Amino acid sequence: MTGVVWLLQAAAAPAAAVAGSAIGKPNVVSMAFFFGFISITLGITWWAARRTRTAEHYYAAGRTVSAGQNGLALAGDYMSAASFLGIAGLVSTSGFDGLIYSTGWLVGWPVVLFLIAEPLRNLGKYTFADVVATRLRHTPVRIAAALGTLTTVLFYLIAQMVGAGSLIKLMFGLSYESAVVIVGVVMMAYVLFGGMLATTWVQIVKAVLLLSGAFLLASMVMAHFHGSPTELFAAAAAKYGDGVLAPGKLVTNPLDTISLGLALMFGTAGLPHILMRFYTVPDARAARTSVFYATGLIGTFYLLTFILGFGAMVLVGPEVITQFDKGGNMAAPLLAEFLGGTPFLGFIAAVAFATILAVVAGLTLSGASALSHDLWTSIVRKGEARPEEEMKVARAATLVAGLLAVVFGIAFKGQNVAFMVSLAFAIAASANFPALVLSIFWRRCTTNGAVASMLFGTFATLALIALSPVIQVDILKHESAWFPLKNPALITIPGSFLVGIITSLLTRDAPAAAGFDEMVSAMTSGSRAH
Amino acid sequence: MTYHLLHERRWRVAIALTAVVAAVYFGFILLVAYRKPFMGSLVAPGLSVGILLGALVIVAAWASTWYYVWWANRHFDAEITRLRGENAK
Repeated sequence: MTGVVWLLQAAAAPAAAVAGSAIGKPNVVSMAFFFGFISITLGITWWAARRTRTAEHYYAAGRTVSAGQNGLALAGDYMSAASFLGIAGLVSTSGFDGLIYSTGWLVGWPVVLFLIAEPLRNLGKYTFADVVATRLRHTPVRIAAALGTLTTVLFYLIAQMVGAGSLIKLMFGLSYESAVVIVGVVMMAYVLFGGMLATTWVQIVKAVLLLSGAFLLASMVMAHFHGSPTELFAAAAAKYGDGVLAPGKLVTNPLDTISLGLALMFGTAGLPHILMRFYTVPDARAARTSVFYATGLIGTFYLLTFILGFGAMVLVGPEVITQFDKGGNMAAPLLAEFLGGTPFLGFIAAVAFATILAVVAGLTLSGASALSHDLWTSIVRKGEARPEEEMKVARAATLVAGLLAVVFGIAFKGQNVAFMVSLAFAIAASANFPALVLSIFWRRCTTNGAVASMLFGTFATLALIALSPVIQVDILKHESAWFPLKNPALITIPGSFLVGIITSLLTRDAPAAAGFDEMVSAMTSGSRAH
Repeated sequence: MTYHLLHERRWRVAIALTAVVAAVYFGFILLVAYRKPFMGSLVAPGLSVGILLGALVIVAAWASTWYYVWWANRHFDAEITRLRGENAK
């Protein structure tokens, strides 16, 4: 993943108009698709705004989203432009290695299903802090959980905004700043007025567009190879050598790869914007089924991107792709142009834009929920906020989160934000996931234990990233780094569990122990579910 | 059967399935890291062991979620319905 975002970053280089391609020049078709998407989603927002009257509507879409809809929305939240353009680009230039990312991005989903989805739905209201706080003292738990949530969301958001600015500049020829501002304004319109209901439907529209675009493109590729993927791979091997079918340069240090793998596998189960989706469905069974759909959709999507990457390698050629962008991000758009001309390029460009907008909207809403539900309502108001006030605070928090996204997006222009997505996953896996698991499944877990685990997860991850080669060597240009791994998850995930367990064993929390059986009944039966 | 026992049964299934998925995924990653020539060898024209195993990791992730949902819908939910009925009496 680090590489994928780096690829997006490399896209910041201006796309010198290479002869014969419409990439980088706004054209009628891409503009038509683009404005079509904006009008449809703003229409949805207007419709959703009239149905959003309480905090439960605003954060959880009134808990009326069906399992199938939520499956699509989860997939929409997760399939970013980085995974669509980045993985297709990586495959188009180096072949097999792209598959290492695809598998890593998918294996987090079974973990979400087995360990998190149902307890979350049955115990919580709007945020994952609700679950950790079920039988523990609310105030310290919520402060620590909000810290983990906001750090995760912030890093994820910066990476997305910087990627968005670079990408839109490359595809539409807009300036970086105006691209970031447009993304910020449209995204805030969705979230501010339409809340979770609008955000969910934007995700659904985007997921359908992205999946059908990828499917259409892959079918057109397969038509060139008699419908056989192996014939496509063989054509790539004949042209560029058998090496494209084998592991290449991506994995040089196995420990690094395992550490990143751990962050991906357990980070998905701690991503606030993903966890928040389980509150939008009516019950635990729908939560469960929706993850099954999402896993199927996301897995299919990654298999399709693998086909697209090899298709671009054979039909367009890495030498042409890297002329547009060194990282290979333009592989899928160039393939679309080769197969379907300017109209198809316009469609794919608009799909990529929709993808960015939707992911950013989901992130902003989850950041706002931590600010208002965990910090304001539960701490400033001690959980006694009046419903009208809760909505006002929620919208104010959205405004703050959205403005921060734009400001940071512009501030980080031209920076290498590669490490930020893997950092977001590492924090989610170390700060959020262990505390969730310990508080749900371990009777002996105390308030101090959960809080210590979340704080250790957040700060240890930040510290180790600061001392790692990505900051010390790549950015600060030092000779060596104090900490050898690019991703700290290998140390911080076990560390957070250990800190949580030891602190719990050293402290007493009578109400927490007494509340365990009641919590188990509630999360198993769903009797207390909102 | 109580909610507590049911919770523990679900927890055992969940942990076992998590371990299976982790073993499959990290097995694949270790092969990529330490057995590069093996992963590059061809099973059929155009199909390397690596591509085949990578696709199988994705299929294994699907299969594990399918199995869990099947198990939970069939056994877990049935027990909950029965317990709710008992508690209502």
